[in-house]
Amino acid sequence: MKILVCITHVPDTTSKIQFTDDNTKFDKTGVQFIIGPYDDYALARAVELRDQSSGSLTVLNVGEAETEPTLRKALAIGADEAIRVNSFPSDSLFVASQIAHYAKEGGYDLILMGRESIDFNGGMVHGMVAEMLGMPSVSPVMKLDLEGDVASIAREIEGGKEYLEVKLPFVAGCQEPIAEWKIPNMRGIMSARSKPLNVVDPVSDEAATKTVGYELPPAKGSVKLIDKDNVEELVNLLQNDAKVL
Amino acid sequence: MSILVYIEHTEGAIKKTSLEAVSYASALGEKEGKEVVAVALGKIEDSALAKAGSAGAKKVLHVADEKLNDGVIQAHASAVGQAFEQSGADTLVLAKSSLGDAVAARLSVKLKAGLASNVVALPEEDGGYKVRRSIYTGKAFTDTVITTDNKILAVKKNAVALKSDGADAAVETLEVALAEGDFAAKITSTDKATDEISLPEADIVVSGGRGLKGPENWNLIEDLAKAMGAATGCSKPVSDSGWRPHHEHVGQTGVKVAPSLYVAVGISGAIQHLAGVNASKYILVINKDPEAPFFKAADYGIVGDAFEILPKLTEALKAIK
Ligand SMILES: Cc1cc2nc3c(=O)[nH]c(=O)nc-3n(C[C@H](O)[C@H](O)[C@H](O)COP(=O)(O)OP(=O)(O)OC[C@H]3O[C@@H](n4cnc5c(N)ncnc54)[C@H](O)[C@@H]3O)c2cc1C
Repeated sequence: MKILVCITHVPDTTSKIQFTDDNTKFDKTGVQFIIGPYDDYALARAVELRDQSSGSLTVLNVGEAETEPTLRKALAIGADEAIRVNSFPSDSLFVASQIAHYAKEGGYDLILMGRESIDFNGGMVHGMVAEMLGMPSVSPVMKLDLEGDVASIAREIEGGKEYLEVKLPFVAGCQEPIAEWKIPNMRGIMSARSKPLNVVDPVSDEAATKTVGYELPPAKGSVKLIDKDNVEELVNLLQNDAKVL
Repeated sequence: MSILVYIEHTEGAIKKTSLEAVSYASALGEKEGKEVVAVALGKIEDSALAKAGSAGAKKVLHVADEKLNDGVIQAHASAVGQAFEQSGADTLVLAKSSLGDAVAARLSVKLKAGLASNVVALPEEDGGYKVRRSIYTGKAFTDTVITTDNKILAVKKNAVALKSDGADAAVETLEVALAEGDFAAKITSTDKATDEISLPEADIVVSGGRGLKGPENWNLIEDLAKAMGAATGCSKPVSDSGWRPHHEHVGQTGVKVAPSLYVAVGISGAIQHLAGVNASKYILVINKDPEAPFFKAADYGIVGDAFEILPKLTEALKAIK
């Protein structure tokens, strides 16, 4: 079985978000980049599935040269090879068409990624890729087991879960607890250096949107502290000041 | 030209987030001089669908096909796509949800429509069709220009005021053609807590963290939630330890909530937790550690032991009801 995992290269979840150049560019100063946390779950499950079926596992990222350490980390976690589509990931439709193109070329049976990226939070790329390839898509997936070419899946819905059966090939957006995040070990890190990381050109395709600027939300005022022996005052504030009761 | 709104329903009524999407479309329609048409799929009474009118829809197209009762992604996308073409719409508006996202994504490709997700404001005609959306899990906003003729806007929950003064909408039956391939992903069962207030849509949320010490103390959270008419949530370690179900976990990797009031009890306020709650209107923090980072993000706070404060607060709330 051939598995493709698409990963994002995003600021660490503890990063302070700032912009420069008159709010037109993300400020990378002091920011550490990681594999998107949801993509990391997808990758962890993919490693397990690959090991069960003795198939192959490819990771793909649409990004510029700076994302290579993130791809190397995915190789250290257990992917067999990496593809970097050499382009700035300008919009979800653009990214999806790159993935769809290379997924088709590689003939993958299972395409996994995170439910959403934690920078733009769109949660759209898996559905777009699936539509482009004429495959089913399922997201957010909390459990994915394979028996032959049929997957049994648990998908989170508002207030509960939905259980599905889907035949390969398909696309899934993943989230916890599909698998435990895998931390690369020494052997993984060493072998990652010699695994192939292929840089390919983007297939020409226009984006449908363009990002023109950023803004931070207004700063929060300071907290109003209420004495622990005076819960009545708190109730009064919630009722008459905030008017939320 | 018209604006089509894809509405979701549950328990025989239109979801609140979908009514928000209709309200958004209605304001947009007024601005652009377009009529708002909604589309609903699967089994629901027409009288319940007419309520989309209160939020500003003129007409609701109802595809009553039983096969669409479940939220089969491809089938829903296919049906909504046909409704889009038949109603002569150029804009699709929907509420961001696990089904809405998937439908929007597929339709973006099918309809060659530029898509903006997490939309929080009406588009501005400023150097193009410019929409503001929430990014970095609520830590920032961005302005996105959609460059295609067809457009899809996925509206973030609680970002628009609910309109409720419109007259009932006319409901019409719509027939669509569904292919076998639309049902390639088979839903075998669903498992849903129906009697609780839904966390993503709740107006007040009471969440507990590791400070509650164990699942046996959750009655304190539940009692307070009941007294406030609130949904319950939790921090990630709480659901990781199995004290609470996973769909209650709030934060960066969990549910993002945007209630009028978020109450955090015994939660430290790690940045990943804050990412899921920073769109709340008011935040109340109860924590025994005055240095807990959550106080920096809070509007109201009590420093003290939750085991002592929660019963008193619940009583005080009951007293005003
Ligand atoms: C990539 C990534 C993603 C993550 N995503 C999420 C996420 O989505 N959501 C999330 O919640 N976390 C997430 N986390 C985890 C997060 O970093 C914190 O570890 C977690 O939020 C802490 O949970 P907590 O506040 O319940 O527990 P703790 O940090 O242990 O805090 C417990 C708090 O309770 C207080 N307390 C103890 N006893 C009492 C008492 N008797 N009365 C009152 N207060 C008391 C303590 O003072 C303390 O502040 C993520 C982490 C990573 C690395």
